[in-house]
Amino acid sequence: MTRYGPDEHDVLIVGGGGAGLRAAIAVAEANPKLKIAVISKVYPMRSHTVSAEGGSAAVIKSNDSLDEHAYDTISGSDWLCDQNAVEEFVNEAPKELLQLEHWGCPWSREPDGSISVRSFGGMKIKRTWYAADKTGFHMLHTLFQTTMKYDRIHRYDEYFVTSLMVDDGRCQGVVAIELTTGKINAIAARSVILCTGGCGRVFPYTTNANIKSGDGMALAYRAGVPMKDMEFVQYHPTGLPFTGILITEAARAEGGYLLNKDGYRYLQDYDLGKPEPKPVLRSMELGPRDRLSQAFEKEHEKGQTIEGPFGPFVHLDIKHLGEDVINEKIPFVRELCLKYENIDPVKEYIPVRPVVHYMMGGIHTDIHGATPLEGLYAAGEAACVSINGANRLGSNSLTECLVFGARAGKAAAENASQGKSFSRNLEAIAMDEGRRIEKAYLSNRSGKTKNSESIVTIREEMHQAMKDGAGIFRTEKSLKESQNAIQELQDRLLRTSIGDTSYTFNTELTSAMELSYMLDVAEAVIQSALKRDESRGSHQRSDHPGRDDDKFLVHSLAYKTEKDLPRIDYLPVTITRWPPGERIYGR
Amino acid sequence: MESVTLQVLRYLPEEKSEPFYQDYDVPFQKKWVILDALNYIKDHVDGTLTYRWSCRMGVCGSCGMMVNDQPVLTCETFLETYLPGPIRIAPLSYFAVIRDLVVNTDDFLGKVKRAKPWLITDELKPVTEGEYRQTPDELKEYKQYSMCINCMLCYSACPIVGLDPEFVGPAAVALAQRYNYDSRDDGHGQRNKILMDDDGIYSCTLVGECSVVCPKAVDPAGAIQRYKVTGAVEWWKSVVMPWKSDK
Ligand SMILES: Cc1cc2nc3c(=O)[nH]c(=O)nc-3n(C[C@H](O)[C@H](O)[C@H](O)COP(=O)(O)OP(=O)(O)OC[C@H]3O[C@@H](n4cnc5c(N)ncnc54)[C@H](O)[C@@H]3O)c2cc1C
Ligand code: SF4
Ligand code: FES
Repeated sequence: MTRYGPDEHDVLIVGGGGAGLRAAIAVAEANPKLKIAVISKVYPMRSHTVSAEGGSAAVIKSNDSLDEHAYDTISGSDWLCDQNAVEEFVNEAPKELLQLEHWGCPWSREPDGSISVRSFGGMKIKRTWYAADKTGFHMLHTLFQTTMKYDRIHRYDEYFVTSLMVDDGRCQGVVAIELTTGKINAIAARSVILCTGGCGRVFPYTTNANIKSGDGMALAYRAGVPMKDMEFVQYHPTGLPFTGILITEAARAEGGYLLNKDGYRYLQDYDLGKPEPKPVLRSMELGPRDRLSQAFEKEHEKGQTIEGPFGPFVHLDIKHLGEDVINEKIPFVRELCLKYENIDPVKEYIPVRPVVHYMMGGIHTDIHGATPLEGLYAAGEAACVSINGANRLGSNSLTECLVFGARAGKAAAENASQGKSFSRNLEAIAMDEGRRIEKAYLSNRSGKTKNSESIVTIREEMHQAMKDGAGIFRTEKSLKESQNAIQELQDRLLRTSIGDTSYTFNTELTSAMELSYMLDVAEAVIQSALKRDESRGSHQRSDHPGRDDDKFLVHSLAYKTEKDLPRIDYLPVTITRWPPGERIYGR
Repeated sequence: MESVTLQVLRYLPEEKSEPFYQDYDVPFQKKWVILDALNYIKDHVDGTLTYRWSCRMGVCGSCGMMVNDQPVLTCETFLETYLPGPIRIAPLSYFAVIRDLVVNTDDFLGKVKRAKPWLITDELKPVTEGEYRQTPDELKEYKQYSMCINCMLCYSACPIVGLDPEFVGPAAVALAQRYNYDSRDDGHGQRNKILMDDDGIYSCTLVGECSVVCPKAVDPAGAIQRYKVTGAVEWWKSVVMPWKSDK
């Protein structure tokens, strides 16, 4: 069923989330002659940007400055971001959010009609723009609706990308399955931008949607492009245990307590200040995300958490705030608990646990979104520029999607404008890919055989390995065990055969392919973590406590090798004006 | 209650030309929503069962289905509500089915696009001049209509959509109104032309079911009603004062 059209475009964007749609508009505006397409495995408005709640950061008020935003971002990153990238980022952020305002985004407002901003973790000054508690939703729909006015932006909705077409040293398009028909299509493009989002689904408990399986990261990796800083995975301290749904920081900002199994506010035992009845900024429940998640793990080691069917948890108590305050200030928290966990926080404790939330690492790019492979670009959570370093600040990533989506769009447009012709080999490459898919996943077309492996079991074992070995605290031993487990799963994946042999909307096939992407991401996370013998930001090695700037003020680059573990190289961090210092909280 | 039966309306175009019901028993859990039960089937019983989902938090709009003949988001509908069962699950009504519970969305998006759901301004204000001022009250004018997650439940609840597949439909009108009532927008004239044609808002007989099933309280029925009022005035203006209507 492989078809070589070919469908030819100048710029092809993989992903219809915040980054991808922003890139598409940037290309359309950069050069009116270019043929543009957006390809996405779900309809663009279903992309995971839709679930972001809190807001998007950019300097807009007179009491703020670009340098303050830069400094908060850099210190928050534990000095692992590239400062030149951060400077460009903070500089372009206000323009991008204003542009979105001009496209109609319903930002929340002050009484005088100006943009309203709120405070956010790690930001010293209020600079987070928000659209009530549905910021990502409104940003995504505004962008999607705006793209509709450009007839030149062609959409391939519900096409699943299986590989990049690389020939003659440059990326020249993708191969993708059209889900409704099962046709395998070659889609050629002079520039390809990967905006495929994060990879939270590599871990068992996550705020990330089902579609966040690191596809683009793995696609680039397989094409020889390194993944950067993959050991840095952000946990959010308060997710609902079963669903992983996020309970926003606001619940604690309003005065919620975190309680262990004895009803004790355990954070006081972890150098996070003294318990006061009312919330105190940068102390106790309002400490930073990484420190709170780490305290949970320690409490668990002491046997002080509560065991549940979905692993250990603690209680978030907001009962004492009273029904009125809860309804007025944090209605969405109550709604989520009622609708998704069947509990009412006015009367009951909310069970919470740290859950995987965001991937700081990603496809290695420069500040224009270009990867080392000619013709290939990346932006958004899939990419690592890097402005997030070892720990991203909440509300920087939506802005990152806009700033670097637009930049990648411009760079990709410029590249495509050279009008290079396509290689003759593309058809053969596409046919090979079609055969690979048939052989790997559909060869056993009569259904399951006795020895075949189930993708469900492999996925569960991957989750276990990542949780055990590459969680909030890691050691050389735990990481090595997980590395072995993942290698074994890679082998076993070759023996899967799927029960669904249909060409029409075969989601068992796409799940199997997503699993293979996730295993590639998993091996890069583990190997990068194993080689970084220090603790920095979200990467905590119990056997190497403390930051080591002499050896590790560098980015990790994980390269795929033929049969072996990934090879890890290093790249120095760019420092412009802010020499590394200490990250202090609560004192 | 140990287990509950799901009767799922399946459609496998490569095997059978007609849809058929298939029964699945799933263990009952208090925490489970319908979507969890479907995921259980997919992972442990029958990997060929096909449906869409993603966020599992009621915001991506993927997981709408008919549950006991009502259109709902399956990620926020508890199994418990339907005990003791059996629970009937079918694809969203009035949409063409691709496979099992997956329906064709392109038609719907075409209707959304017809409503020109983007900001149309007479004069372009450069970004360097800062934001358009919009007071909280002005925001409130259209905010409700901006909450639509494109889940399409309202189309499955609408008897007119059932009778006239060309009817532009509740969500598309709500989206048009979302921009019409935005203080920054000048595009209502352009949208009027589309919404007042044969398949536009005058097809609606104000049954109101769309607003009942909408999971985000968008109130598309109210949006249509509001349009009929202003629409009549606009139509009158376009006849009497044609130069005023194409703004
Ligand atoms: C619950 C939650 C709350 C958050 N809140 C905030 C917040 O308040 N502020 C903030 O700044 N950040 C927040 N974040 C982070 C932020 O939302 C994300 O980092 C950002 O939205 C990612 O956008 P993206 O465009 O990179 O990717 P996504 O929006 O995830 O889009 C990825 C796109 O790629 C496509 N795709 C992927 N793989 C393939 C494939 N194989 N073939 C074809 N298409 C493919 C998908 O279909 C999709 O369209 C939050 C994240 C979560 C999970
Ligand atoms: S108006 Fe309501 S029911 Fe209709 S598509 Fe929008 S959110 Fe869904
Ligand atoms: S899965 Fe996203 S709305 Fe139900």
